Amino acid sequence: MKALVAIKRALDYNIVPRILHDGTDVDIAGAKMSINPLDEIALEEALRLKEKNRIQEIIVASIGTSSAQDVLRHGLAMGADRAILIQTDKQPDQLGVAKLLNALVSREKPDIVLLGKQSIDEEACQTGQMLAALMNAPQGTFASKISLDGNEISVTRETEGGTETLALTLPAVLTADLRLNEPRFVKLPNLMMAKRKLVETLSASDLGINLSVHVKRLKVSQPSIRPAGIKVGSIEELVSKLNASGVLHP
Amino acid sequence: MSILVLAEHDGQHLRKSTRQAITAAMAWNAPVHVLVCGNNIDEIADEVRHINGVNLVLHASAPHLAHPLAEDVASIIVKLSGNHTAIIAAHTPFSRNILPRAAAILDVGMISDAIEIKEPRIYVRSIYAGNILATVQSEDILQIVTFRAINFKAADRSESITAPIEPVRVPEPFNRSRFISEEHHASDRPELTSARIVVSGGRPLGEKFEALLTPLANKMNAALGATRAAVDAGFAPNEWQVGSTGSVVAPDLYLAVGISGAIQHLAGMKDSKVIVAINHDPDAPIFKVADFGLVADLFEAVPELTHTLNHV
Ligand SMILES: Cc1cc2nc3c(=O)[nH]c(=O)nc-3n(C[C@H](O)[C@H](O)[C@H](O)COP(=O)(O)OP(=O)(O)OC[C@H]3O[C@@H](n4cnc5c(N)ncnc54)[C@H](O)[C@@H]3O)c2cc1C
Ligand SMILES: Nc1ncnc2c1ncn2[C@@H]1O[C@H](COP(=O)(O)O)[C@@H](O)[C@H]1O
Repeated sequence: MKALVAIKRALDYNIVPRILHDGTDVDIAGAKMSINPLDEIALEEALRLKEKNRIQEIIVASIGTSSAQDVLRHGLAMGADRAILIQTDKQPDQLGVAKLLNALVSREKPDIVLLGKQSIDEEACQTGQMLAALMNAPQGTFASKISLDGNEISVTRETEGGTETLALTLPAVLTADLRLNEPRFVKLPNLMMAKRKLVETLSASDLGINLSVHVKRLKVSQPSIRPAGIKVGSIEELVSKLNASGVLHP
Repeated sequence: MSILVLAEHDGQHLRKSTRQAITAAMAWNAPVHVLVCGNNIDEIADEVRHINGVNLVLHASAPHLAHPLAEDVASIIVKLSGNHTAIIAAHTPFSRNILPRAAAILDVGMISDAIEIKEPRIYVRSIYAGNILATVQSEDILQIVTFRAINFKAADRSESITAPIEPVRVPEPFNRSRFISEEHHASDRPELTSARIVVSGGRPLGEKFEALLTPLANKMNAALGATRAAVDAGFAPNEWQVGSTGSVVAPDLYLAVGISGAIQHLAGMKDSKVIVAINHDPDAPIFKVADFGLVADLFEAVPELTHTLNHV
């Protein structure tokens, strides 16, 4: 069995984003970039399945500029077997990413495709579901627990008031919730070794995909900042402030 | 041409977020059709027909929709798509599982979690854990959008309105996904995303999470919330998580107890009307967004607050 894991390069979650002077986009020049945390969890899950001998090969794929090579090497250092960069001059929208991944799926024929439940920059929460649609495959989104049993995978997933468990026939698409696992720490020698490994690079046209823009970003701005509040000295003072503000009793 | 709203319910009641999505739908000034999917859900369809602004209830009923799967609901939406200008829903775990699937089948790009409609096809949404607002334009004729429910007032019910109910022919089930089981944390407290008051706790509450916060929440008729760290450590159930990867809430009062104020948490609560923070570290980032901050040990402050509220 084979797994494909989609990993995105995104602004590191500890970095506060800045805006370009012309307000067209977020300024990521020189900022610390990392693998999208939820994608690292998706990859960790694939690695655990491989360690249990349930799958034999793990491919990591990323879509973006040539700088996305660094997250692919991070994936190789974690233990992925192969890395594929689908190189584009800018980040496609979610439908575009799903189409490129779908073309890669037709080529590689993985049994399981894993993604993060959302990217921490765009926060669209769409790509996995879109990919599953294009593959006409079952989807197990926002997964907090999975178990592989023959040709079926059971997925426990987040719902509004709790969880539900589904059984999906492979090939299937899964998207990882934060709870799925805690990713391993990447050791330095592994990172050094991954630097020498091959990253296969493809273009959209290599995959026969003609990308069109469906969602266009017009501008970005800073949300208004909450005015600073006050510190209170005691519970009594807090309660009297709350009473005065009228929020305790409508 | 009309607007299709995907309704969400728990088998018994329509969720409030659906009425908020119906308000968002009114921006189009077009007839609003609401799709209700399930099995034996006549009462829910009936509830929907009395909501202000609803012109037609589309009722999809079939045994396999008792636990609706994204694959099946998406195919119903795709079948209905031809008559609509926009297909929308609240950005809940239910809808965000389904709408992207329908969008890809229809070859339409999707806008997630919009907080505002600027002009036809132009929306504002928040990105980077609430740190940035993006204005985006859809290039498709058909609009597929989820909305952040808290940014829209819930449409009212009114007995004088009675929209017709039309049955929908349900396509064959997608048989490669099967529902096995579900787990609900039954609770008689207000729902996190629609409660007027939320009492939320962080990692330091530890094993005392519920023992300390439940009496306080009871007193204020509040929902309970939690940080990712508290959920990860097993002190609070996952569905209580507030933040960029949990629920986004905007109650009248948000009480943050032992919460540092990481941006991923702030993303889920900084639009609350009044924010109170109790933290023993005067420099904790949560104080930057708190209207009223109390620097104190929570293990003393919370019981004292609970007690004081007894007497007001
Ligand atoms: C991709 C990603 C997504 C995330 N999504 C979310 C999300 O949706 N929601 C979320 O909450 N987090 C999320 N996080 C985690 C987030 O970054 C923080 O780690 C988390 O919010 C911290 O939780 P905390 O405030 O409970 O814990 P801590 O950071 O440990 O803070 C505890 C606070 O309590 C105070 N304290 C300690 N003891 C006491 C005491 N006795 N009395 C009073 N105060 C005390 C401390 O001063 C401190 O400020 C996400 C992280 C990532 C990487
Ligand atoms: N450019 C990309 N390259 C690789 N994977 C991606 C890319 N964009 C999105 N994904 C995957 O899709 C998931 C959901 O992203 P999104 O729909 O943007 O929230 C991410 O967690 C990734 O696994």
